[in-house]
Amino acid sequence: MSDDKEAPHKVAVTRTAVGNVVHNKSRRTIMRSIAMGGAMVGASLFGFFPTLRKWTPRLRPPGAIAERDFLAACIKCGQCVQVCPVKAIELGDLDEGFGVGVPFIPAREQACDFSCDAVQCVLACPTGALAHSISKKEEVRMGLARLDRPSACLARQGAGFKGPARPAPFKGVHRYAAIDRWKPVKLAEYKYDLEICDLCVRECPVPNAITLEPMSSDPGDKRRTPVVHQACVGCGMCEMICPTEGASIVVDIRRKWGEA
Amino acid sequence: MSYIDSLKIMLGATPKRPTGYTPEAQAMHEAKRQVKGPERAREIKAAHAEHNSHKWRNIRWATLIAINLVFVLSFRFDVQLVEGSLTASRVIGFHMADLNSALQVMLAYKVILINLVIGTTTVFILWWLLGGRSFCSWACPYHLLAEIAEKIHLMLASRRMVVDYTLHRGTRAVLYVVFALLAVISGYTVFESISPTGIVSRALIYGPGLAMIWVLGLLVYEIIFIRRMWCRYICPIGLTYGLVGSISPVRVRYNLDNCLHEGDCRKVCLVPHVLECTKKTYAEDVNISIGADCTRCGLCIDACPTGSLKFEVKGLNKLL
Repeated sequence: MSDDKEAPHKVAVTRTAVGNVVHNKSRRTIMRSIAMGGAMVGASLFGFFPTLRKWTPRLRPPGAIAERDFLAACIKCGQCVQVCPVKAIELGDLDEGFGVGVPFIPAREQACDFSCDAVQCVLACPTGALAHSISKKEEVRMGLARLDRPSACLARQGAGFKGPARPAPFKGVHRYAAIDRWKPVKLAEYKYDLEICDLCVRECPVPNAITLEPMSSDPGDKRRTPVVHQACVGCGMCEMICPTEGASIVVDIRRKWGEA
Repeated sequence: MSYIDSLKIMLGATPKRPTGYTPEAQAMHEAKRQVKGPERAREIKAAHAEHNSHKWRNIRWATLIAINLVFVLSFRFDVQLVEGSLTASRVIGFHMADLNSALQVMLAYKVILINLVIGTTTVFILWWLLGGRSFCSWACPYHLLAEIAEKIHLMLASRRMVVDYTLHRGTRAVLYVVFALLAVISGYTVFESISPTGIVSRALIYGPGLAMIWVLGLLVYEIIFIRRMWCRYICPIGLTYGLVGSISPVRVRYNLDNCLHEGDCRKVCLVPHVLECTKKTYAEDVNISIGADCTRCGLCIDACPTGSLKFEVKGLNKLL
């Protein structure tokens, strides 16, 4: 009889003990889950630092919509990278925050020379982050070229230029219509012989975007200065081709005509 | 199990023991009850003695590698068969877009993009036909890396060098909502910056970068602390495809008859809660289609010594 009386009591105690263990275990699991969930959200929010602080300003491919929208609309697939005949487009890395996997053009290393004609990257973009309203290179607005270091510019010194614009180990390429319309040529393998350096004007893919103007009214003065016009699309070709150590002419990312 | 229950379990609910059985299932459970301990142990041992299959795993790994290799090679050799990466692509010119990436983009950008609608519809139909989360186990490159990490984790765990901590499965559902809200509020595709699926896919195709450090960190964490943490408890892509697969015709089907209930299927499963019905007395019917969260990886089919788990294509079985 005494056993019978005690049995339920014992069971009750055991149940409670087991209940506590289970309860503690599940409570720990919940706490751990909250901590880990928070850590994951925290990790994803790290992207705000590079993005909002503009750690890595990037020249976006032709047709890119406003930067904020661009980061949102881009699905980070790299189809634009795949269609570019001169492989000008690269994808962003972790240091670019929400720009991970988002395309950009490192113009000094490899500029867009529009040799694809029909803005292939725009056509390839599945989301319209590269706006489909653009159908030819003249309509593109990536930025504006600016003579950054006038003192270094060869034309402004009245100097000519001989040899490859960007000697090896430079890997950038350019498609010269005069040589082969379809086969890109390494800049390091293409030699120029110019009486006065006009590379930025000569290789600019857009008509009337940049011209060389005399620096004085003296006809004997060989010095010329590159002048950027409104037609400039900011492709960065001049920045890549500029033979001075550190480009004399650079593209201001997303600057519009008339802006400082 | 009802459709709603299957969804609830995917979102984090604990599966419940059934309250009633069909007469056939009842009879089978009754018959199994007659087989006592030692005899049952003998049966299990005998069944396992002649069973060692990796058929579906091998087919699946080959498929997963092939899918990713097509992306890599078609860019490397410029054949334009498949362009893009797993987040969005063109397959012989047809738009394809990963459902979760497309969702993040539309939530952040707040514009319905026609190409994405085309791409997501194609992909939705494709993965609905193929089983939803089968994307995870048959296509996602991170899944393969995580499977290797899991093997290391289990090896270390068997030597008592690591302990498996678990998280609550509801974590993924909460994070899904959080990431969706973050995309809407911030206007950035916040999740994409940490998504190992996108990072690994792009790393394979365009070359690795710093972002792979994050992926390797995740893998190391999974080896040391939480078995299959990303795929089990965090990844919203899995949940998106899980919802698609909840109504898919391709499933793993459980048959109660020969099952020995030794639980080997649950040991190898990424989402063992979907195999709750394989526990003794947990099957309410003789045949049960495994729930939405199942990745159709086939590990349980390989592990099962009695053939109680099989792939099925609903509708097709009747035709054949």
